[in-house]
Amino acid sequence: MTTPRYSRSGRVRPSGGGPETFIWYLMRLTGLALFVLALTHFLILHVLYDPSRQNAEWITTMRWNSLFWRAFDWSLLMMVLVHAFLGVRTVITDYLHGGARTATLMGLYLLAIGLFAIGTLVVMTLPTVVPKG
Amino acid sequence: MLFRYRGSEGMLAWAFHRISGVAIWAFVIVHVVDIYLVGGNPRAYDELLKIYASPIGRVAETLLGAALLYHALNGLRIIVMDFWPVFTRYQRQLWYLNWAVFTLVGVPIAIVILKPIFGL
Repeated sequence: MTTPRYSRSGRVRPSGGGPETFIWYLMRLTGLALFVLALTHFLILHVLYDPSRQNAEWITTMRWNSLFWRAFDWSLLMMVLVHAFLGVRTVITDYLHGGARTATLMGLYLLAIGLFAIGTLVVMTLPTVVPKG
Repeated sequence: MLFRYRGSEGMLAWAFHRISGVAIWAFVIVHVVDIYLVGGNPRAYDELLKIYASPIGRVAETLLGAALLYHALNGLRIIVMDFWPVFTRYQRQLWYLNWAVFTLVGVPIAIVILKPIFGL
């Protein structure tokens, strides 16, 4: 019997307890974390603070002037990299097969590593500047 | 595909989840690169942020927020059905509940994001 690829709920939980079962749980756990992290992030940066009030200086002196918000945004980055890239992996394996699938997945993983590197670099090394006045 | 195939709510819920997910993924790529510019090239970042505050940027932001909110709510619906299978019987009702919350939460937020376009 083959496992259906999708159902009215999400992907059917792969049986066997291998990596695919682990990824199935990981998608749901990171999804719950993102429900809080991503929605809070959007609410702060697109609703409470209008983009017309933001620039590089505002991020340096206000938004990322505390360890809490840097840790918050870095956690968001980690969760989103896991959740979004594993999600797109599922989409790719649904539509592509053979060599095209392998090549696209390699590109996908490289992209995730690249974003992990530059995202972590900027959130951890951007100098903290005390606001003027 | 969406209009020709007369799928039920469950199929539409799945298709919207996938489309919104891929859209958010694409935005995340752009967004990590633009935030990198805050450290690497602050002037370029400031120029880019003007696009976010422009009318087209605001419409795009609203669509992003809609994708995010739909994906978040439908994700909860999926988790509820995965871990309490009895709710699979009410998957259609849960989907309509999602749209109710989506509208209640989303419309005020959309107004806040879009109103500067009209000088309000």
